[in-house]
Amino acid sequence: MCTPKHVVIALALLGFSIGALAQTYQFGRKVTEAQVSPWSIDVFPNGAGLPAGRGSVAEGKAVYDTRCAACHGAKGEGGPADRLVGGAGTLKSGKPVKTLGSYWPYASTAYDYIYRAMPYDRPKSLTPNEVYAVVAYLLHLNNIVDASTTLDAASLPKVKMPNSAGFTADPRPDVANVPCTRDCK
Amino acid sequence: MARTSDTDRRHFLRRTAALGAGVVVAPKVVAQESPLAVPAWSTTPGLPLSEGNYGAPSSFEKGVVRRGRKDYRMPGSGSIMSPLANLRGTITPNGLVFERSHGGVPEIDPAQHRLVIHGLVRQPLMFTMDDIARFPSVSRVHFLECSGNTSQGWAGRPPSVQLSHGLISACEWTGVLLSTVLDEAGLAPNASWVIAEGADAAGLNRSVPLAKCLEDAMLVYAQSGEALRPENGYPLRLFLPGWEGNMSVKWLRRLRVAAEPAMTRWETASYTESMPDGSARQFTFVMEAKSVITHPAPEKPLGAKGFVEISGIAWSGNGRIKRVDVSTDGGRSWHPAELQEPVLNRAFTRFRLPWHWKGEQATLMSRAMDETGYVQPTHRQLVAVRGTANRYHYNAIQPWQVAGDGKVTNVHA
Repeated sequence: MCTPKHVVIALALLGFSIGALAQTYQFGRKVTEAQVSPWSIDVFPNGAGLPAGRGSVAEGKAVYDTRCAACHGAKGEGGPADRLVGGAGTLKSGKPVKTLGSYWPYASTAYDYIYRAMPYDRPKSLTPNEVYAVVAYLLHLNNIVDASTTLDAASLPKVKMPNSAGFTADPRPDVANVPCTRDCK
Repeated sequence: MARTSDTDRRHFLRRTAALGAGVVVAPKVVAQESPLAVPAWSTTPGLPLSEGNYGAPSSFEKGVVRRGRKDYRMPGSGSIMSPLANLRGTITPNGLVFERSHGGVPEIDPAQHRLVIHGLVRQPLMFTMDDIARFPSVSRVHFLECSGNTSQGWAGRPPSVQLSHGLISACEWTGVLLSTVLDEAGLAPNASWVIAEGADAAGLNRSVPLAKCLEDAMLVYAQSGEALRPENGYPLRLFLPGWEGNMSVKWLRRLRVAAEPAMTRWETASYTESMPDGSARQFTFVMEAKSVITHPAPEKPLGAKGFVEISGIAWSGNGRIKRVDVSTDGGRSWHPAELQEPVLNRAFTRFRLPWHWKGEQATLMSRAMDETGYVQPTHRQLVAVRGTANRYHYNAIQPWQVAGDGKVTNVHA
């Protein structure tokens, strides 16, 4: 077995300096975070990754009506694509209606997803202002923020989502069967 | 050799007897009424060599294709299932590997594709496909299963094993261990998660615990000996053995090492499991043990009475399959099936059981056990704990009912 550590040792024995050889194979190119930034589009619940910009509920309605409503319905009620609005109080019903408002635990996820994946036919085409605005509008349609709300990198992570405490860790194995072979029920 | 086949025969007789067949039926010789015809393909030269073409299955196999439920709401978003009833052994041919995509299949030029590793690393790095192929490689056989496979089991009866269980495939995956590549970038002390992201329109992203990345995660560029197929992530995908398929991010372009999960849409809004109390389980990564009989199946009804080989596949995201029991009486009695060797870790295990079908109505089931001692549950056991509002990780025992005429139907609860 020739592990990377063995390679390092072998190279060291050949006279290479381990200090200069932090990388065992030295494949690939060094890059800086600045170079990566056009691809670096993750947004975390604490707001890390949110860009500069801002958008209001009213501006969001305009974005939504032109870029989103055709698939998600005039008021987020769903169409060919997912329903985005409503479902409050349904999670225990046995037939949960899971929307951004009723189910999603973090507003940051809406920003992250809408920018990277929406609109379906032109993902990554909305400006930061447009994404902030459409997130604000959808949160408003779900009665989570009021009509005068403007979201930006500081305010978006502070939005408290109704189902933020609704998720639990994996408890499996949670179901036990017995390998009965005769006269089983 | 004679000794082996003798052993096989005794083995068969014992098994068949165990199933109550009692006697072995003497072979029925069909009288030939006229001399054998000599077909045209024996008297004329065949087609020229296929030089320059990618080989394709016989035209007589044209019905063996991936199929879906045809409920695609957005073009390019949906899933198509592998035709399990037509597959033999333990490896899925590449053209029949299931597909689940969320924003269409991108046509990626491998010469322009790049993988970036950044975030909590000593040195952010960018790799070309040539760079990735230079790393020491590994090839490992594993299944890949969508966590929504058999999701209709929660409440529904798909009409075929393809549509009920076909969001799973097994391949030999070739690539570089992710730990090797992460070592190149160097991990910061607070590194705990790796956020993987695709280069497709959906930019699909999932947070993977660092421990899995260092244990056995792979950056895969080949499946079953050839480059990944476009629909399976060409030119590069993440592969996490035994974990839900959505996390094995296709068209991989970026890995961000982070201290926390990103809580992406695919680990919050989807791929989380709604429980009866209204809560939802999150980060349910492992695909627990499951099995299904693929012959007979609704697509493969029984013809003549007599010997029938019951055959199917079993797998577990927690390790090797240890035992598969088969019932032909709706679960009242169970018989251990023969497991095809080698039994590999987190791969398909083919099981087989000889059966003598006398034309009676029968309900066939299989029950897998893995090396952790976990036993595949019944539908009732699963639903008692998890309810029916869930869409993922359904792994209950699957019953097929054989009617007197050989027709096979899904009689799942």
